[in-house]
Amino acid sequence: MEPLQNGGGSAEAAAAGGPEEKRRREPVPSRLRRSSSGARAEADSTAGPHPRERGGSVSRQRLDSLRKSRPLFPWFGLDIGGTLVKLVYFEPKDITAEEEEEEVENLKSIRKYLTSNVAYGSTGIRDVHLELKDLTLCGRKGNLHFIRFPTHDMPAFIQMGSEKHFSSLHTTLCATGGGAYKFEQDFRTMGDLQLCKLDELDCLIKGVLYIDSVGFNGHSECYYFENPTDSEKCQKLPFNLENPYPLLLVNIGSGVSILAVYSKDNYKRVTGTSLGGGTFFGLCCLLTGCSTFEEALEMASCGDSTKVDKLVRDIYGGDYERFGLPGWAVASSFGNMMSKEKRESVSKEDLARATLITITNNIGSIARMCALNENINRVVFVGNFLRINTISMRLLAYALDYWSKGQLKALFLEHEGYFGAVGAFLELLNIA
Amino acid sequence: MAERGGRGTSSGGASSLDKSITLPPDEIFRNLENAKSFAIDIGGSLTKLAYYSTVQHKVARVRSFDYSGKDIEHESPYEITVQEEITARLHFIKFENTYIETCLDFIKDHLVNTETKVIKATGGGAYKFKDLIEKKLGLKVNKEDVMTCLIKGCNFVLKNIPHEVFAYQKDSETEFRFQTNHPNIFPYLLVNIGSGVSIVKVETEDKFEWIGGSSIGGGTFWGLGALLTKTKKFDELLQLASKGKHTNVDMLVKDVYGGAYQTLGLSGNLIASSFGKSATADKEFSKDDMAKSLLHMISNDIGQLACLYAKLHNLHKIYFGGFFIRGHPVTMRTITYSINFFSKGEVQALFLRHEGYLGAIGAFLKGAEQDNPNQYSWGENYAGSSGLMSTSPDLSPMQRARSSTFDMFEMDRLERPLVNLPLLKDPSTYIPDTVDLTDDTMARKYWLTCFEEALDGVVKRAIASQPDSIDAAERAEKFRQKYWNKLQTLRQQPFAYGTLTVRSLLDTREHCLNEFNFPDPYSKVKQKENGIALKCFPSVIESLDSLGWEERQFALVKGLLAGNVFDWGAKAVSDVLDSDPQFGFEEAKEKLQERPWLEDSYNEWIQRLKEGPPHKCALIFADNSGIDIILGVFPFVRELLSRGTEVILACNSGPALNDVTYSESLIVTERIAAMDPIIQSALKEERLLLVQTGSSSPCLDLSRLDKGLALLVRERKTDLVIIEGMGRAIHTNYYAALKCESLKLAVIKNSWLADRLGGKIFSVIFKYEVPSE
Repeated sequence: MEPLQNGGGSAEAAAAGGPEEKRRREPVPSRLRRSSSGARAEADSTAGPHPRERGGSVSRQRLDSLRKSRPLFPWFGLDIGGTLVKLVYFEPKDITAEEEEEEVENLKSIRKYLTSNVAYGSTGIRDVHLELKDLTLCGRKGNLHFIRFPTHDMPAFIQMGSEKHFSSLHTTLCATGGGAYKFEQDFRTMGDLQLCKLDELDCLIKGVLYIDSVGFNGHSECYYFENPTDSEKCQKLPFNLENPYPLLLVNIGSGVSILAVYSKDNYKRVTGTSLGGGTFFGLCCLLTGCSTFEEALEMASCGDSTKVDKLVRDIYGGDYERFGLPGWAVASSFGNMMSKEKRESVSKEDLARATLITITNNIGSIARMCALNENINRVVFVGNFLRINTISMRLLAYALDYWSKGQLKALFLEHEGYFGAVGAFLELLNIA
Repeated sequence: MAERGGRGTSSGGASSLDKSITLPPDEIFRNLENAKSFAIDIGGSLTKLAYYSTVQHKVARVRSFDYSGKDIEHESPYEITVQEEITARLHFIKFENTYIETCLDFIKDHLVNTETKVIKATGGGAYKFKDLIEKKLGLKVNKEDVMTCLIKGCNFVLKNIPHEVFAYQKDSETEFRFQTNHPNIFPYLLVNIGSGVSIVKVETEDKFEWIGGSSIGGGTFWGLGALLTKTKKFDELLQLASKGKHTNVDMLVKDVYGGAYQTLGLSGNLIASSFGKSATADKEFSKDDMAKSLLHMISNDIGQLACLYAKLHNLHKIYFGGFFIRGHPVTMRTITYSINFFSKGEVQALFLRHEGYLGAIGAFLKGAEQDNPNQYSWGENYAGSSGLMSTSPDLSPMQRARSSTFDMFEMDRLERPLVNLPLLKDPSTYIPDTVDLTDDTMARKYWLTCFEEALDGVVKRAIASQPDSIDAAERAEKFRQKYWNKLQTLRQQPFAYGTLTVRSLLDTREHCLNEFNFPDPYSKVKQKENGIALKCFPSVIESLDSLGWEERQFALVKGLLAGNVFDWGAKAVSDVLDSDPQFGFEEAKEKLQERPWLEDSYNEWIQRLKEGPPHKCALIFADNSGIDIILGVFPFVRELLSRGTEVILACNSGPALNDVTYSESLIVTERIAAMDPIIQSALKEERLLLVQTGSSSPCLDLSRLDKGLALLVRERKTDLVIIEGMGRAIHTNYYAALKCESLKLAVIKNSWLADRLGGKIFSVIFKYEVPSE
């Protein structure tokens, strides 16, 4: 048997499952902050929890100081994940004629390019339905746009930045996610750009708290499902996250991170798992030959996982009463696939569905155990795995409720995978 | 979740039986004629059959001659008769499901004396074979809950089998780290990884709770693995996995972070997303790599959930079982890794030697409630058990075809319940054995060779002990073969029966001798030596009594030590004894090392005797028959009695080498009492008590002693323990810590061991210890 650890002491385990990490946040280092009463406070007060009141009493003096201190356009926030790059872009809508005169050509072209298209190249997409309108930030009014493209197109993105002489704009590019480290060198050499790298968990939490506080164009950002298993009665209902703490935040990207959040600045990474969105999509590619996440989900929506999975009732003929296990519960994911005949009789759709159910149930189960261990009863699920993935959201909602006997509540946020990018974007506004 | 077994060739099992298989029945379904209380556990691929049977074997009994009325002077102090004895034994046999019908036929044909009407059945496959069993055996199948059986079985082995539990450490010298049996086994977490995963918290004998589970288990590895690699068999999938490189399939932290992860204090090799790299349509992945990635994904996930449950319930011990684990170093390793990673070392992943039998044991116990096996103590029979990993394809692949067919496990019901010596300082950390031969390669090689070389002599001795038997030579040869094979197995797999020790090698030899009806090869030698020694007793006492106090104490200790030279277990001595039977007590004293001894706290002992008050009660573990017990131990006992110290003299319940047995000690004491008024009155007044240890080993495990002995020790407020002999005081208990004063003495009759301890052959160990406050 070959040694498991192939030389060099390669440790193998779920990264995502790394040791619990205490993150009692230090105040943001001063180099990132203008002053304690700087833009951060402005951003907070201007975009506070009551959007309708915003901007009312900003004095002329403060506006002046804002002008001097706020960063130059364009304002971006970037989150470069293992699979997807998430980009948020602030489009100022209060540009005066005078200002437009002064606006340099390539800045204008960036603005026009991003706001007049909904797709970029063959893989970039703007999630128009997520656009946040009429935000006021650092004294500027505008819209926040949400754009994503695959991480493997990162070199092309940097190339484009280089061609458009992005570096001549003297802006700071705030980036988070692993890719902020991985591509830092490329940004510097190819694009002549210096990235401001930000911690991804900090950004994630900042993003969540901010978006939830400004709301979703007058609607609630946060929601939950009522009667999640009943397709007739299932309803998506708004949830008021006004007093969010304590909160278990489960971010499902390629892998999964689970954070316990006690206050704005006090949180810890509880655990994580390597069985995440990347696993679902990766296994689907291998099992069904599909090539996009959308395709995988589409297949899953038509499949029947009970042909693939072994259920409790397949073993016990019904409920396993000794342990209070319902017959419909999955006893063994892919358990029926131990049999050759059954392997030959399942469809690709069934396999895609089983993969989705397996990964989702597992995340639900780990999240539930973390919630119990941390004594937290609200669990917020975010991350791009949930994008257009009602099956998983409803399953999470149901599983959490069922196995906790109603003690735990699964919550979701409209901007699913964009919170890291939003957090990075907010940091930009904090930097002098 | 709760299903076990699970090698899911769903149909076909029963119909595609190979009827041409010929079983070597006398070696497998042993003692079937008298079998009763059957139980069967049918998993997805393996069947485990359990039955209770009686074993008839010969025992040597000693009996005093009847002196009344006759005035015949006998040469021997007592007579020996060989009698048949019936003891209870539990048999467990594991075989592949394909053999089920053949086995049932065999059982039907050989089952003679049973009154059994039902058979307890458990396991996922029980329902499938229900009709077949009922038809073939004419027994009614009674189904038992899988998890209840599993836990009953688990509790049973945890309580009864020393070294049942082990931790797995691939990268250390010894992969299997056997654990000391803790007096209290509860609470614990049992994680059973069958096709799904069940997590059960066990709090007491009867109280357990399913606290969770996961659908990602062995069935997921197998089912998903079969889909991904087109490899059908579980074992083959594991083999693929052990060759693969998961980094080609998994997205690692360094794949996401580039080279910069070090600055973040992250390990770049951690898996960020399992199968994250396979999210592409235009790349082929190797079967090995996918299998490896899948193995990691599943092991990590189970480990993580198990740790989360352990944390929630504040438990630190997790036993893993189920077919995913069973005998597979690959999965034991990944699970151990995962548990260490997620718990940061706070939780221990533990495995069981007889994990595969838990369901069958549990089902059997359910069926045998009227016999209440739980009220007895049980001992693993090394002669009748196959040992750990006998069926593992990962080890000894050459033997696999043969040995994977049948695996056996036998337990003897011990006549008396065994408990801890109440005087042990810390029962939970007490380890009887001085040297762990699984760990110590040098020592292992030496002792295995030593036992191999001594085998001829043992065979000869066995034949000589039964001069009237016509088949003694034939049986002795079978014994030689069996024990030789065990020694070879242990050379390859030192962990096969738990921690390998000199004690386990000795015990295995005794079990093998018994197996072939050589219950007491030394009975005649012992008889003769006891006779000679008894004759010398008066003169020894006379000369001792003529000495002054100080001189006498030294002479008594020398006598104890000299008596200890008479040990047939030590090859150096048995050579001398064989060639020179007149080798006497005085000559033995000559052989002893002069003071200072190798280990010498004689002065402290004498000072204690001089200055301290007499001990309340001394417990003495006797060693050899003949000169040792009669001329060494008894004069010492007599001195203690004279000082006002009560004495409990503990001898083995059953024979082992030339060690004095309890029944021999009764006769010997009676004869001595007849010669010595001090002994006589002490016996009468119950100041001298004879007890049995509950053991038939030349070594001594203070955590498994006769309950009666333990009661007496407590009742008499024993404050001194004397352990003599190489087997009891050096191979075992050399480091044993007691709550009271103790004296460990022995003569080292093995030059290798003497050398190791820094002395020469016939060096003396005299270790007087007083417990630290």
